[in-house]
Amino acid sequence: MKTAKRATPHESSDALLAPIREELRACIQCGTCTASCRNAHLMDFTPRRLWRLVLTGNTEEVFHSRTFALCSACYYCTLRCPRGLPLTEAMHALKRAAAHADIAEYRPSARFYGSFLDSVRRHGRVNEMEFMRRYFILMKNPAIPIKFTPLGIKLLRKGKISVFPDKSKPEHPLDQIFRRVEELEKTK
Amino acid sequence: MKYLYYPGCSLEGTALEYDRSTRALFQALGIELIEIEGWTCCGASAAEAESDLLSYALPARNLAIAESMDDSVKDILVPCSACYLNLRRAAEETRKNPDLLKRVNQAMEPEGLKLQNAKRVRHLLDVLVSDIGAEGLSDHIHSAMDQYRVAPYYGCQCLRPYAVFDDPEDPTSMDPLILATGASVHKWHMAAKCCGASLMNIQPEIAQEMVAAILSGAQGADAIVTVCPMCQMNLEGYQNQISRSAHQDLHRPILYLPQFLGLAMGVTPRELSIEMNLSRVSAFI
Repeated sequence: MKTAKRATPHESSDALLAPIREELRACIQCGTCTASCRNAHLMDFTPRRLWRLVLTGNTEEVFHSRTFALCSACYYCTLRCPRGLPLTEAMHALKRAAAHADIAEYRPSARFYGSFLDSVRRHGRVNEMEFMRRYFILMKNPAIPIKFTPLGIKLLRKGKISVFPDKSKPEHPLDQIFRRVEELEKTK
Repeated sequence: MKYLYYPGCSLEGTALEYDRSTRALFQALGIELIEIEGWTCCGASAAEAESDLLSYALPARNLAIAESMDDSVKDILVPCSACYLNLRRAAEETRKNPDLLKRVNQAMEPEGLKLQNAKRVRHLLDVLVSDIGAEGLSDHIHSAMDQYRVAPYYGCQCLRPYAVFDDPEDPTSMDPLILATGASVHKWHMAAKCCGASLMNIQPEIAQEMVAAILSGAQGADAIVTVCPMCQMNLEGYQNQISRSAHQDLHRPILYLPQFLGLAMGVTPRELSIEMNLSRVSAFI
């Protein structure tokens, strides 16, 4: 969340991985997760190797890996893990830890999700135009909006998105719940 | 029969036709959908990437509002697979973990909401398959669709990790629904393979390769039917680019399952908003 405090390099290292390590202790390195992953061939570390690096405390390699950013949450590994480990949830936990530690390689994903949640916090429901605009501004790279232009034009033509927000839509700001979650996570 | 209805954000925007066709289909079936009052975002794939507690609190808020509505209606119908998983996960995990339930309720306290887990979260496909079924549907079929061969596409999150109404590895629950319309089923191996989900926005080249494999698998089918707005968007939104990169024509009509079933039931293409689809669906209008 935008008010979240950035972790210092020291904090970002082992403390962030400890709870994930705890969850994965029973991993037997069988590789079923890797064999089940549609994106494993694109990852620098396969899921099996990543879990081993988490377990052995290779924090830097884990955080700078692109593996968890490439998880598209298909849940095949979770379904098939013979030890019943929550592997997709562990990928999410790594995404959260990398966002918290502001890891450079993970920044595009963190900004994408952050822009989405900012829009949800303000309106209760996501305003797709506002959220993508915010993401493009944060990324400061004109090549990104250009990639989305063909789809954007199609969606505008079909009347599925509009350049200006629809003022007649009811608003349900979620600032209270976001703020309360931030307080509760600080005290945990 | 009545269901509480959680449309989710996509169904108000990029998947407007999924909302309209779902409502039209249930109206034709004589089933009432009661929209959850003041529903808000379920967190999508964003909340879990930022805050663990938020990824439970955002969906739980909607469950808590649903609980304060009609007592006689026990089931919440959700057409979006990502919303379905988030709502279901919040319900299942808070039921198993009292400490989590307590924290979620603390998060909702300022709004005066409290989760008691009195309702069931159901995916649209689950309701169609388990509560209505091919028999319930066949009474309503007016126009035979026997000229079409349809590829059922399930994607991920209505099947996994919670295996509720179908085999999460080799799903077949859509087959009897498609057969009930007179159409035939395209047998393929891509029915439950991931479309790339939100990777399409962050790593488009990678996600487009994933979609290319799905579209290739559907050659020989007249249409792919989906039950998720993210799958639908990924499968139909980039067919020009994907065909160019693959050096072959991978254009394929993509329909939401309620659109296809609606057509078979004599609901008009306009009522099903088929003209809003991004793929080449003129054969169905």
